[in-house]
Amino acid sequence: MNTLILRTVAPVLTALMLLFSIFVLLRGHNEPGGGFIGGLIAASALAIYGIAFGVAAVRRAIRFHPMAIAGAGLFISTLSGLISIFFGVPFMTGLWIYPVFFDVEVPLATVISFDLGVYLVVLGAITSIALALEQEPGPETGGEEG
Amino acid sequence: MAANVPALTFVVLFLPFMGAVFAPVLIRRFGDKAAWLLALAPFFAFLHFCGFLSEVAAGEVVTGGYAWAPSFNLSFSWFLDGLSLTFALLITGIGTLIVIYSGGYMKGHPDQGRFLSFILLFMGAMLGLVVSDSFLMLFVYWELTSITSFLLIGFDHGREKARRAALQALVVTGGGGLCLLAGLVFLWNITGVTQLSLLVHMEDGLRESPFYLATLLLVLGGAFTKSAQFPFHFWLPNAMEAPTPVSAYLHSATMVKAGVYLLMRLNPVMGATPAWEILLPFFGGITLIAGTFLAVRQVDMKLMLAYTTMASLGLLVMLTGFGAPHAVEAAVLYLVAHSLFKGGFFMVVGTVDHEAGDRNVTQLRGLRSAMPITFAAAMLCALSMGGLPLFFGFLAKEEIYAALAAGNPRAVFFTGLAVIGNALMFAVAFAIAIRPFFGPPSANPKSAHEGPVALWLGPAVLAVLGLLGALFSGLAHHYVSSPMASAVSGEKVVIDITTVPHLGMPLVLSVITIGLGVFVFWRLDGARALMVRVLENLGPGPDLGFDHFVSGLVRLSVAITRFVQPGRLEVYMTATFILLALTLLVPPVVFDELPGMPAWPGSVLPQEAAFLAIALIGIFAVLRAKDRLTAIVSLGIQGFAVAVIFLLFGAPDLSFTQFMVETLSVVILALVMTRLRLSPADHRPRRQLLFDACVAVACGLGFGLLLLKSVEASFDNLLTDFFNAYSKVIAHGANVVNVIIVDFRGTDTLGEIAVVMVTGLAVLALIRVRAGKAAVSQEEEGR
Repeated sequence: MNTLILRTVAPVLTALMLLFSIFVLLRGHNEPGGGFIGGLIAASALAIYGIAFGVAAVRRAIRFHPMAIAGAGLFISTLSGLISIFFGVPFMTGLWIYPVFFDVEVPLATVISFDLGVYLVVLGAITSIALALEQEPGPETGGEEG
Repeated sequence: MAANVPALTFVVLFLPFMGAVFAPVLIRRFGDKAAWLLALAPFFAFLHFCGFLSEVAAGEVVTGGYAWAPSFNLSFSWFLDGLSLTFALLITGIGTLIVIYSGGYMKGHPDQGRFLSFILLFMGAMLGLVVSDSFLMLFVYWELTSITSFLLIGFDHGREKARRAALQALVVTGGGGLCLLAGLVFLWNITGVTQLSLLVHMEDGLRESPFYLATLLLVLGGAFTKSAQFPFHFWLPNAMEAPTPVSAYLHSATMVKAGVYLLMRLNPVMGATPAWEILLPFFGGITLIAGTFLAVRQVDMKLMLAYTTMASLGLLVMLTGFGAPHAVEAAVLYLVAHSLFKGGFFMVVGTVDHEAGDRNVTQLRGLRSAMPITFAAAMLCALSMGGLPLFFGFLAKEEIYAALAAGNPRAVFFTGLAVIGNALMFAVAFAIAIRPFFGPPSANPKSAHEGPVALWLGPAVLAVLGLLGALFSGLAHHYVSSPMASAVSGEKVVIDITTVPHLGMPLVLSVITIGLGVFVFWRLDGARALMVRVLENLGPGPDLGFDHFVSGLVRLSVAITRFVQPGRLEVYMTATFILLALTLLVPPVVFDELPGMPAWPGSVLPQEAAFLAIALIGIFAVLRAKDRLTAIVSLGIQGFAVAVIFLLFGAPDLSFTQFMVETLSVVILALVMTRLRLSPADHRPRRQLLFDACVAVACGLGFGLLLLKSVEASFDNLLTDFFNAYSKVIAHGANVVNVIIVDFRGTDTLGEIAVVMVTGLAVLALIRVRAGKAAVSQEEEGR
C-alpha cells in the first residue's frame, strides 16, 4: 500500500501511538488503561508502520525479534512475581517503594513492572504474527524471518 | 540408640539413590572393582536396619518421617514392623550381594555403570515401597519399581525381544499400579486414614463397608500383576531377557514379592472374609500348578527358575489367603526361604552361563570339578528348595503342610495342590543342581572354570544362610519370622518349628512330596515331553493375548484419532460451534430455565439507539458482502459499535480493549486473506450455507438467552463491594479493573500472557510451515 498520504502520515502516527501506548500503560493503575490495552495500541502502531513501509522497515526499527520482546515481557512479569520470595511473602504479592525524585514522590511497584511485562508480551506476540503474515512468502525469506 | 536415628534412617532410605548417581562415574574411573565400593551403600543400609532387630522383636514399631504437605495430610513417613523390617533386610542384604555379583557378571560391559545405577535405583525404590507409611508414598515407590524394572529388563535394548519384554512388564505392572492407586483411594475414603500404621489398627469398618469387594478387587489387581499371578503371569518369564543379576534380584527375591507384601500388609484389615479366602487361594493355587508345570517343560535353566518363582509366588498368595492357623506363619517362612534359595540359584545359573557360555540343562554336563564352589552353592540351594531337613526350606514346607492339612474337602484340595507343586519344584531344583554338574564334561561354548570371588560370593552366602537359618532356628524365629508373622496376622505369633523332624501329618506329606519329586526327577525327560504335548493341545497362552490386546489398542486409537482429527479446519470449527450451541441451548430447555421475556426498555437515549443501529447495519453488511474482505471490514463496523455501547454504559476499559482488538482482528484477518491466497469470494454451496447459518443462529440465540438469564437474577454485589473497598487500600490503585488484572488475580494474568506468548509461537510456526512448503513448490516450478 504505497499511497503518498499513508507514507507521509505513518511515521508521525506510529510515534504518537507508541507514546500514547506507554501513557496508557502507566496510567492504568488509576485510570482506564493498562498493559494489555497499551500493548494492543503499540502493536497497531507497528502494524500501520509495516503497511506503509514494509516488514523489513519494521524489523529494523524494533531491532529485536518480536518474539524476543514477548519473551522478555514474560520474563519480566515472572520476575516481578518472584521478587516477593525475598521478602517472605506469597508469590505475586505487590511490593511498593516510594522514592523521591526532584521533590516529587514517585510510587513504584512490582505490579508496574508486571504490567510492563504484559505490555511487552502482547506487543511482541501480536507484532510477530502480523509481521509474519505481512511478509511476502518466498524462498529467500521463508527461513530467515527468525 | 542415638537421638538422630530418624535423620539417619532418612539418609539410609536415599543411600541407594545416591549410589545410583555416582555409579557411572565410579565404574568409569575404577572399572568393575568399583562394585565393591558401591556395595557399601546397601551394606550400610543393611547394618542400619539390623540395628532395629531387637526393638522390633520386642514387639515395638519404629516410625518416623517428615511432613510434606500437611494441608493435604501428606507426609514422607516410614513405618518399620516385623514385616517391613524383614523385607528391608532382604532388599539391602541380597542387594549388597547382587551389586558385588554384578561387578563380576557385567565385567567389561561398556554400560556397566548404567547397569549398576539402575540396580541401585531399583533398590532405593523397593526399599521405599516396603517402609512406606503413607499411601501415596507407597504408590509412588510402587510405580518407581515398575519403571526401574522396565529399564533393567530392557537394558540390552539392542534386542527386540528385550524391548518387548520390558514394555510388556511395564504395561502389566504399571496398569496394575493404577488399579492399586484406585484401591488406595477407596481405602482412604472408607477409613479416612492415609497411613498404613493407622490402617492396620482399624479393627472394623473396612470389612463391613459396601465398597469392600471393589476395594479388594482393585488391590488384588495391583498385587496380582506385580506378583505375576495367573492370568497376569506371562510378563515374568519374558522378563528373563534381563541380565541374570536382575532376574536374581528383581524377579525372584524382591520386586515380584511386592504384591505378596501388599497382601500381607492388608491381611489384618482386609483378610478373613469369604472373598479374601476364596480369591487368594484360588488364583494362588492356579498359579502354583501352572508355574510348576511350565517349569518342567523348559530346558533353559533360567526359564525353569522363572516358572518356579511364579509357582512360589502362587504358593505365597495361596497361604496368605488360606485363613487356617499357621498359614500366615508358613507364608512368612516360605517367603524368607524362597528369597534366599531362589536368589542364590539364579546367581548360580548366571555364573554357569557366564563361565560355560550355556544354560541348557540338557546340554551341560560335568561342571562339578571345574566349578566346585558354584556346585556346592547350587546343591545347598536345591536342598533348601526341595525342602530337605536341616534347611530353611524344610521348616517352611513343614509349616505349610501343618497349615493346610485338615479333614475338610477344601483343605484336602489345597494340600493336594501344594504336594504336587512342591514335588515338581523339588524335581526342577535337583535337575538344575545335579544335571549340569555330574557326568562326563560336555563340550561347552567356553572352557568352564570357577568364576572370580565376586561371582561365587553371592550364591555361597545365600546358600549357607539357608542352612544356618534352620540350624539356629530359634534365633531366626525370634528376630525375623515371629515378628513378621505377628505383623501379618495382626496379633502376637510365636513360631517355634525346628529342623528336627517330628512324626505327624506334615512329615508324611513331606515324604510323599520328596518321593514324588524323586520320581519326576528320574523321569524328567519323559515329564518334559508330556508337558510339551499337553501345552500344545491347550493352545496359545496369555502372552499371545497380550500382543493382540496391544495391537488392538493401537488400531483403536488410530481409528479414533482419524475420526476426531480429520485435518479439515471446517470440520473442527463446525464441531466446536455445534457443541457450543448444544451446551448453551440444551440445559435451559431440559431444566426449564429459559429466561422470561425482557421488559422493553422505557427510555432509550438517541445515541444508544444510533449505535445499536450501526451494529445491525454492520451485521447486515457482513451477510450481504460479495467478497470476504468486505465481510471482514463490515464485521469491524459491528465490533466498533459494540465498543461504543460499552463506553456509553460506563465500561471504559472494556470498550478500550474492544476497540483495539477489533482493529487488530481486521488487520490480521485481512493479512491472512492476502497471505493465504484464499479466493476472495465465498463459494459455499447453498445447502452448506444454510447449515452454517443454522449453526450460527443457534449459537447467537444461545448466548443471547444466557445473557438474558444472567441479567434476570439479582446481581450479587459481594465482589464489587470487596474490590471497591480494598482496591485503593491494599493495592494502591483506583482503577479496579486493572488492579484485579495485575494484582488481585495477577497469577491468572501471568498464565494468560504465557498463553498469548505460546499462541504467538504456534502461529509463527504454522506460517513458516506453509512458507516452507510454498518455497519448495516455487523451486520445483522454477525447474
